[in-house]
Amino acid sequence: MNSARKKDLVMLVFALVLYGVLQMMISTKVIGSFWELNIILICVNVIMSVSLNLINGYTGQFSLGHAGFMAIGAYVGVVATVKFGLPLIVALIMGAIAAGCLGFLIGLPTLRLRGDYLAIATLGLGEIIRIVIMNIDYVGGAAGFKGIPHLTNFTWVFFVMLVTLFFIKNFVNSSHGRACIAIRENEIAAEAMGVNTTKYKVMAFTLGAAFAGVAGGLFAHQFYLISPTSFTFLSSFNYLIMVVMGGMGSITGSIAGAFVVTFISAALASFPEVRMIIYALALILMMFYRPQGLFGYMELTNVGPIKKFLDKVSGSKEVI
Amino acid sequence: MADTKPLLETENVSEVFGGLKAVSDFNIYINRGELIGLIGPNGAGKTTAFNLITGVYKPTTGEITFDGKSIVGLKPYEITQRGIARTFQNIRLFSELSVLDNVKIAYHCHVKYGLLETVFRMGRYFGEEKSIEDEALNLLKIFKLEEHAYEVAKNLPYGAQRRLEIARALAAKPKLLLLDEPAAGMNPQETQELMEMIRWIRKQFGLTVLLIEHDMALVMGICERIYVLEYGMIIADGTPSDIQNDPEVIRAYLGAEAIN
Repeated sequence: MNSARKKDLVMLVFALVLYGVLQMMISTKVIGSFWELNIILICVNVIMSVSLNLINGYTGQFSLGHAGFMAIGAYVGVVATVKFGLPLIVALIMGAIAAGCLGFLIGLPTLRLRGDYLAIATLGLGEIIRIVIMNIDYVGGAAGFKGIPHLTNFTWVFFVMLVTLFFIKNFVNSSHGRACIAIRENEIAAEAMGVNTTKYKVMAFTLGAAFAGVAGGLFAHQFYLISPTSFTFLSSFNYLIMVVMGGMGSITGSIAGAFVVTFISAALASFPEVRMIIYALALILMMFYRPQGLFGYMELTNVGPIKKFLDKVSGSKEVI
Repeated sequence: MADTKPLLETENVSEVFGGLKAVSDFNIYINRGELIGLIGPNGAGKTTAFNLITGVYKPTTGEITFDGKSIVGLKPYEITQRGIARTFQNIRLFSELSVLDNVKIAYHCHVKYGLLETVFRMGRYFGEEKSIEDEALNLLKIFKLEEHAYEVAKNLPYGAQRRLEIARALAAKPKLLLLDEPAAGMNPQETQELMEMIRWIRKQFGLTVLLIEHDMALVMGICERIYVLEYGMIIADGTPSDIQNDPEVIRAYLGAEAIN
């Protein structure tokens, strides 16, 4: 077995141990229902932030419409389970395909724009998605979609999150991922080196949107009711904050960002009057002292002792 | 006989920006294996000519043929895939990435594994990644950059960044290499080394080279033929000694008084 696979396996073992510990604490009620919900939200947010990072951090295309794709995944998912009685896994896949297709269609024209213009266009598109959903009576309109079965649990979100991380990690560490990173670094040089920049921008956008759709499906089946207000541009900003806070261009960073942001807002839930102030202060301090985010371009697997350990286990210095 | 035809040929290529004719009636040909220089005063349109050949600009009129096929209207990445790679006058490295990754990116158009093979790391993925890494390290060795392989590109000294740009262009496995002022900002010692290197890589990789350069020692030293551009038009072409004695060229560079 080659070293990259061995490293993957070590990470998988760690993930399974983490899963086992958390699952045990949840089933023995050491972790109460409030924190259980927040752990599930953390996992959903990890999927959201890692997929947004693929677009914003790795490919350097500033997208602000991620909540819109999440909404597509959520609504397609609940329609599939409630109206057609399909199992959750099928609902998730359908949500991913729907969001991915929309991402592709939206990406083709909008990714010709750059920087701020792209940000504004995607922001607008996210809002269009939300308002269109609000006006479809079939899915409950503005009142929201009621009577969603509670199909999501910790096991589901954790393993879907693992699959997402595995997918995106392998993607960015390949020639396809390098093409995306090259676009972020210097689009003109990337094109001169034979990278089809339009193709890879659209590919990153489509993949990111598809995973946002999966996250939406998981999110929707956690609650009895979803409404378009869950997917406003403010939640798009929230995911962007996770990505920026963790580090644009680092998967570990996105995980950390999703964890920190979700944890802070949960921990401050009982102090609603100071919550936003502390949250905002944390962000301002962060931008002062660590503008590249918690991890910058670093991955946890490349940090001193952890890298040494992984190198020793796999017998190679190869980066995974 | 395809081989006797020029590798690159431009016919009456013009590029007009608004009212300005940046390049007009640009006619050059480059045979396989030649090392050609393109010189001219500042603003003569040399870089515009490069941008026309590499597809950054689309010619207003005219035809560009590479390897027997027209490349007018192709996107820059398609032209790179056909076999033309370039460097930039103002260095355009992937500055936040490691030196090795800079080179690896340029192998992009030769990678065959697909998205599924990438994500599940099956099939050709590991084999191809390994050979990309080996080839990239080998190129870095040729350009004396191997000890910097894992450094961030923007931290390299200027001369090394120039060399890295050439290494990256070679990684795209071109037939024709376009160098835009490769010696800009280099000291005489570095320029000398660069000359040797260009000669050597041309032989080693069987390349055809077109270079823009202001350093006349370098141009006269290695180019077999030289085109001189002024105000977007070719005013002279020939061997280095022809060019040195051409009154038009002397006038363009030194003014009409120098001849009298």
